[in-house]
Amino acid sequence: MSEKIKKAGRHTSQSEGLIFEKSSPGKRAFELPPLDVPAIDPAKALGASHRREGVEGFPEVSEIEVLRHFTRLSTWNYAIDLGMYPLGSCTMKYNPRVNEFVARLDGLATEHPYQPQELSQGCLKILRLLEQCLLEITGMDAITLQPAAGAQGELTGLLLIRAYLEKQGNPRMKVLIPDSAHGTNPASAVIAGYQVQNIQSESHGQIDVEKLRELVTPDVAALMITNPSTVGIFEQRIPEIAEILHAKGALLYMDGANMNALTGVTRPGELGADVMHLNLHKTFSTPHGGGGPGAGPVAMKKFLEPFRPVPILVEKEGGRLALEQVRPDSIGRVKAFDGNFGVLVRALAYILAYGPGVRQATEDAVLNANYIRKHLEGVYELPYSLPSMHEVVFSDAIQKRNGVSTMDIAKRLIDYGFHPYTTAFPLIVPGALMIEPTESESKEECDLFIEAMKAIAQEAATNPELVKTAPHTTRVRRLDEVAAARKPVLRWKRAAEGNAAD
Amino acid sequence: MRYLPKSPVERREMLAAIGAKSINELFSSIPERYRLRQPLKLPGPLSEAEVIQYFRERAAENSLGYTSFLGAGVYNHLRSVVTDVILQRGEFLTSYTPYQAEISQGTLQAIFEFQTLMCQLTGQEVANASMYDGSTATTEAVLMAERLTGRRRVLVARSVHPEYRDVLKTYAKNSGLRVEEIGYAADGRLDTKALRAALKDDAAAVVAQSPNFFGVIEPVAALADVARGPGAMLVVAVAESVSLGAVRPPAEADIVAMEAQSFGLAPSYGGPFAGVIASRDKYVRQMPGRLAGQTTDVEGRRGFVLTLATREQHIRREKATSNICTNQALCALAATVHLTLLGKEGLREVAQQNISKAQFALAELQKVPGVRRAFDAPFFNEFTIELPRSVKLVNAHLLREKIVGPYVLGTAYPELTKHALVCVTETTTRAEIERFAAALKRVLEQPI
Repeated sequence: MSEKIKKAGRHTSQSEGLIFEKSSPGKRAFELPPLDVPAIDPAKALGASHRREGVEGFPEVSEIEVLRHFTRLSTWNYAIDLGMYPLGSCTMKYNPRVNEFVARLDGLATEHPYQPQELSQGCLKILRLLEQCLLEITGMDAITLQPAAGAQGELTGLLLIRAYLEKQGNPRMKVLIPDSAHGTNPASAVIAGYQVQNIQSESHGQIDVEKLRELVTPDVAALMITNPSTVGIFEQRIPEIAEILHAKGALLYMDGANMNALTGVTRPGELGADVMHLNLHKTFSTPHGGGGPGAGPVAMKKFLEPFRPVPILVEKEGGRLALEQVRPDSIGRVKAFDGNFGVLVRALAYILAYGPGVRQATEDAVLNANYIRKHLEGVYELPYSLPSMHEVVFSDAIQKRNGVSTMDIAKRLIDYGFHPYTTAFPLIVPGALMIEPTESESKEECDLFIEAMKAIAQEAATNPELVKTAPHTTRVRRLDEVAAARKPVLRWKRAAEGNAAD
Repeated sequence: MRYLPKSPVERREMLAAIGAKSINELFSSIPERYRLRQPLKLPGPLSEAEVIQYFRERAAENSLGYTSFLGAGVYNHLRSVVTDVILQRGEFLTSYTPYQAEISQGTLQAIFEFQTLMCQLTGQEVANASMYDGSTATTEAVLMAERLTGRRRVLVARSVHPEYRDVLKTYAKNSGLRVEEIGYAADGRLDTKALRAALKDDAAAVVAQSPNFFGVIEPVAALADVARGPGAMLVVAVAESVSLGAVRPPAEADIVAMEAQSFGLAPSYGGPFAGVIASRDKYVRQMPGRLAGQTTDVEGRRGFVLTLATREQHIRREKATSNICTNQALCALAATVHLTLLGKEGLREVAQQNISKAQFALAELQKVPGVRRAFDAPFFNEFTIELPRSVKLVNAHLLREKIVGPYVLGTAYPELTKHALVCVTETTTRAEIERFAAALKRVLEQPI
């Protein structure tokens, strides 16, 4: 099969055990400058009862072994830097390296959150400019940069809503969440003290507006909506949805996970959203880093501003910036210190590189998704035929006839040199293939992807077993997840201690 | 634009293939009146050189050239260049959460190693793949104790980081959790008498920090006994994780919530850092956050997967143990690489240098007339001193000598306006400590 796969070839990868298995007493990879004050016996300083004689089981290896260990591990990963990473809803775009460079500058990476504010004006100016840029992009009135990730942004947004409604006299009971939403939405609503009422999408995957009218009762605090929805379709009736909610005193929360489809084209603030979060690690290119860190700023309308988490960035006379710790109506802190500053630096570097030209990124992202859709429609079933924005969702209905599922196709895609798309989400599409190419892919890369997907569809018809047993080219084959969960081994232990090392 | 890999010709070809006349046609689902007619008013576009220039200028407006004695939850420690070389490998930096295990074994094995290191450090049996930071880890640990005990009252020591307590209060407010605070004794440790008095049989958790916010080491084993008597769980927060290289681990705690910033992560004006939750095997199904586990593939080879996902939001939605999705994976990787470099000996030496330098600093400062050590229980690399006048005013003077003075405890503790929290690590030189003591002496000699 390899001769027909253009994107990937076979390549030797190094084997590597756990670092603990390489350890041998007396080896070291780190040396300290000599102590320039008298050495104190820790037992004397701490008292014998607090004293510890070194950490049992800690590795003892040399520097080259450390470097090789992690370099070898790294080669077992797929990455944006290797090629297209079409995970729907995750917006895996190019992470510009200059952003990494500036986040590490002396004077930024070295700064302490408690240093005097007169010595932090550079940091505060960065935060200020990022706030202004994100407000311009979202069309909102006020913002907090504190939340550490999208889910914490959701929680923050819901706490703002709750605080506002409470101030009106009644926090209300329920938050409405469409069945197509990310799992974080309902999980965040619960922490904010709300009951979750799931609402069914209509036949095109959109919010059922007529049904919504009935559902928005006086005990509904808010609707959480993802726009474009998780099937990649713009919620055309969102202004009307906002009106329905507002008429009943409820608010509209917009999950900005899919902002890559809208940036520079339309603004949620003008569509009627009252509060929204942004995922800077999606739309604004801060690296995913294998699962984080991210940042989840929350933008809002004026009336929610008094409830923002402290500290609040304010401008004093003479343009001096300051963080204010006290706000009577604030929901409080959601995180220690001032947000994931290093992530915020990277996001601002991204925005500055594009300037108003960020619209071109949005256009290319939508162009790529539609290009892929056009070529794969019919090869894979398209459950919703409304126009796609930045991502397209197919289903495995055609391949299912031969017993091949979305997961099998995804695994086979690995053999073709691609990371899989998102599988089995959104939940409203049985056997979903959720594909988001982003603007970072060239026409050539998109063509290779299309070719691979067509070839796999062909294989699913003629040799389903080949697809069902994929991947065939990776270091490890499909892993036994059931065994992993049934008898969890979550850490290494010395052989004598019981489990693990084999 | 340099980040976009398409020529105008290719864009036209792609539009033609789609059958669209213009790019605007692809946005036709957005009602006309809501489409922006003007370009966004954003600064830029900037070339790479200009981006660097902008941030260099901002960096120059910060604290370069100053010596700092700040800790209070964010610590300046030596970091090896090797750690950053690994972090900047695209295969780690630009990969996603390792849901597709076959092409994410690098990240998954590194997480498994991280979990192991965290267990070894904390003396606990199981650790997760990271939380946002120490503050949210502490909060999530309390919520975990709430689920495990079915109780809704929490006793938190006032000697826990003030911002950790703030975050806990924000989360607790709407989940029906009652948070009460327990004071500190004259030696700076949690007031055990007050704790005993406050503990009834309805407390889910007792939360202490060690070393605590005043730098003082708490008697964890004794606190565990006190808490467990009436059935509460002991949550121990660790903000200065390097202490675990020399200080007995909080093995008796039921849940440990740790901030791993001290392991290879720059202060970075407060983040990104990495929180950790570690606990007992028997509580793992109530743990929040991702977990990597060992398993085998169809051919029997060892491999790793994300596991026990039925605790998590993408499976359980509103019934999940937490709403966390994105965590601090790359920061956890930094900690893993850093600790692997340090190894058993390196970590022990770093911890011992911290102790020696802090003891030296305390002795030097105590020679300054008017300076008194405040709490006298054992400490690691931070200690509290009392000055004859307001710390804020003293710090303003120190600043003129290019010294960022110690943390002003009065900010969070109104009763401690003359108290300062001094932090000294292996990166602080003897000369800097002596300069600080001399400057402090001069300041205190000046008439008010």
